Amino acid sequence: MFKLFHPNKIFQITSKAPKYVLFLFVVVLSVGLTEALILSPEDYKQSDAVRIMYVHVPAAWISLGIFSSITFLSISGFIFKNKNFFLIAKSLAPSGFVFNIIALVTGSIWGKPTWGTWWAWDARITSMLILALFYAMYLISWRIYESEEKVFKITTLITILGIVNVPIIKYSVDWWNTLHQPASINILSKSSIHSSMLFPLLIMTAAFALFSLLIFLMKYNTELIKVKNKGLDRL
Amino acid sequence: MINELLFMNGYGIYVLSAFSFTLLSFSALYLITKVQFTKEQNKFVAKFGSLNSEKAKSAKSQRINKEILANATNN
Repeated sequence: MFKLFHPNKIFQITSKAPKYVLFLFVVVLSVGLTEALILSPEDYKQSDAVRIMYVHVPAAWISLGIFSSITFLSISGFIFKNKNFFLIAKSLAPSGFVFNIIALVTGSIWGKPTWGTWWAWDARITSMLILALFYAMYLISWRIYESEEKVFKITTLITILGIVNVPIIKYSVDWWNTLHQPASINILSKSSIHSSMLFPLLIMTAAFALFSLLIFLMKYNTELIKVKNKGLDRL
Repeated sequence: MINELLFMNGYGIYVLSAFSFTLLSFSALYLITKVQFTKEQNKFVAKFGSLNSEKAKSAKSQRINKEILANATNN
């Protein structure tokens, strides 16, 4: 089954895919921005400040999703001794980190008009900041360690420690009294958000997911060429 | 209409700065990733060009190497 994940086979697809993904991203983002900034209604309580949700929430969701995927891939890479899993995980990390930063900064901007402060050491914000630190440690480890064996071990350890924080982020609003409201969107039960706001939120989430796919593909192709460059040195 | 869109009941500065920060971060990440990719691709082409004919033939037997070269010439 892992032959399907062989870089030689994957590169045929990943080298051609970015231009199509970029096109799709621009189209979906344009629709999303129109919906989020013009067509969606204002909130009865927060007024137009609610529009920040359309960048803040998808960024937070995707950064959490990417970190979970990185952990799964790193552990799988270790179990199945498959280097390609580590390369995929490494290629996902930059967009996950940037989405994490976007979630923190836009959250801070949203906090000022709604809570009257740019920053609070609230459980959700603090745990998101901790996630950003884990992302930073993960990315720095790839830069500072030369030995593959060592970097695989250290990055897997970082992701295992960091994944403990993911359920804390998710349930922090239920476990502690925080400034954040409880989740408005539930997969298993009825969501409390109105469809006129849910639709633009889902479109923006799709746009952000396409962007992270685009960055992943470009980064993964770079990593594969790096491997091949080393191969040419050995010839 | 434009004024309404920019002012947003007094929240325009917050909303537009959040969206601008997001789009700027996207552009920066895209450009950095693109530069890294092009740099690595150019390095590959230069290394490939410096190989002698026998080594080049052996390297070209790998499909992925051919793909990288083809992509580099197309870009």
